Amino acid sequence: MIRVDGKGDGNGLIRVRNLDKKYQRGSEEIHVLQGLNLDADAGDFVAFMGPSGSGKTTLLNLVGGLDVPSSGSITVAGDEITALSTGKLTAWRARHVGFIFQMYNLIPVLNAFQNVELPLLLTRLSRAERRKHVETALDLVGLADRMTHYPRQLSGGQEQRVAIARAIIADPTFLLCDEPTGDLDRKSADEIMNLIGRLVHEHGKTVLMVTHDPRAAERAEAVLHLEKGVLVEAAGVAA
Amino acid sequence: MKYVRLIWANLKRKKIRTTLTIGSFVVALFLYGLLVTIRGAFTGGIEVAGADRLVIINKISLIMPLPYSYKERLVQTAGVKQVTFATWFGGVYQDERNFFPQFSVEHESWRVMYPEYVIAPEQWAALEADRQGCVAGRALAKRFGWKVGDRIPLRGTIWPGTWEFNLRAIYAGTRPEDDETQFWFRYDYLEERRAFGKGTVGWYVLRVADPDQSVEVAKGLDERFSNSAWETKTEPEKAFAASFVKQMGNIEFLVMTIGSVVFFTLLLVAGNTMAISVRERVGELAVLKTVGFSDRSVLGLVLAEALLIAGQGGIIGLGLAKLFTLGGDPTGGLLGVFYLPFSSLVLGFLLTLTVGAVAGLLPAIGAMRLKVVDALRRV
Repeated sequence: MIRVDGKGDGNGLIRVRNLDKKYQRGSEEIHVLQGLNLDADAGDFVAFMGPSGSGKTTLLNLVGGLDVPSSGSITVAGDEITALSTGKLTAWRARHVGFIFQMYNLIPVLNAFQNVELPLLLTRLSRAERRKHVETALDLVGLADRMTHYPRQLSGGQEQRVAIARAIIADPTFLLCDEPTGDLDRKSADEIMNLIGRLVHEHGKTVLMVTHDPRAAERAEAVLHLEKGVLVEAAGVAA
Repeated sequence: MKYVRLIWANLKRKKIRTTLTIGSFVVALFLYGLLVTIRGAFTGGIEVAGADRLVIINKISLIMPLPYSYKERLVQTAGVKQVTFATWFGGVYQDERNFFPQFSVEHESWRVMYPEYVIAPEQWAALEADRQGCVAGRALAKRFGWKVGDRIPLRGTIWPGTWEFNLRAIYAGTRPEDDETQFWFRYDYLEERRAFGKGTVGWYVLRVADPDQSVEVAKGLDERFSNSAWETKTEPEKAFAASFVKQMGNIEFLVMTIGSVVFFTLLLVAGNTMAISVRERVGELAVLKTVGFSDRSVLGLVLAEALLIAGQGGIIGLGLAKLFTLGGDPTGGLLGVFYLPFSSLVLGFLLTLTVGAVAGLLPAIGAMRLKVVDALRRV
């Protein structure tokens, strides 16, 4: 169950406590996130909404270990990531987090297969094992017949599906989606959200998603609204 | 190995740019190969000079002679195993542009002193039987299309007149670095015909019994001939060859200077290319880090790209240089030895990799230090 009051029992998958993030721009101090709390269990699907600059992406980056908070703590599956060194954080990220970006962020010189295979290059899997995993992931996202296609040969929706396959290939603990439908037409956006929904409901994946799209957000169990770094509204959370 | 595909794919990203960068390495390493070969042509004699051979020249200058009478005294000197001598002839074959070194030698002792130059027994017998006989190196004979039995006229510049020789033998070096452009003829013919300088030789060559005693033997000989009318300067053959080369100018410095400029320019070209290449894909590098590539992995990937570019260019450039030198001296014989040794190829390749690594280092460090969040914002 998703909680935002900081009163979770600490046994959940993700536990965020009193999270603060400040930036210094010249003499000005910008408070991007202020005192944020969040508890999410395995299999939860949370959407973050809010205007630009509200701190949604910053929150995602912090939970994903791409950035470090100014204060507060983030614990994922028992690991307090805010206490990890850069090197350990990178290894942790590889093991626990799958990222899905608005602009897909595929490597243009690699084909779909090679893009999806990237995270597996960091593992000890053999070439044959890697191939098997990639084929399974691409099959799951419905692109088994596009393995040798390069990003430029795919539609936006297909590119995003390749990105999803890359995100799930290493079987991460949770997925972080930053505006996954932001660059897609309605039909493709629905397909992507269907796919993310399947990952949650059929495969038990935990998903934290930032979106501006209300239709995408309504697929989530909980929708949290941020403004100026503060949680202003929460729907679908435990009281 | 599993990263090779990723590295290779990145190199193919901008095919023209990669090709041009590899091309700059090809040109630079080809030039390096030629420079090393040319340097070897001038200094090859130094490299192959015998460690147990000493050369005695007149203390005043190499162009001043020494008396023939010294030979017996040298033979009897303790520590000296063999003695031979030679005299610079300085003749002109048809045209002054057809330069090649010509020595009048005492052929029997010369042959013993320089076993690295091989002459067929029947040709040697013919030389022994003909006072006007001469020997040409294989490359020299090839240069002028000479065959054994040909009559070769030289116009004397030190000793005037037309000197005619019968080509009785063609020698071949046993090592690739051996000079095959020399022309030797019998001392007794020179002695018979020349109008002045009779009873003198240009320089002596000695073989010492123990190379470790070379310094003592040389010192003893110079002391022995001091205060005579023909004082001597004795030095190892290597040093003699080096001083001979020095007379033509500082070839080593010239080659080093050109080589350094070429490699420095290459460094700038390759460094600039790698910097642009990294700057263009900051977002992709950030994605790699996002999915779990460590800072060191990213550093390694960028460095590997630089090394792969350099390595390919180096191999092609050095290969072309080697092929070119296999075609022989392009000057038609001016360069005594035109040979690119394997050791220079290895050194060239190591230099290439060094340039590649240095060129890739700064961009690679930049990629390593890249902050994922900042980089993703730029995508």
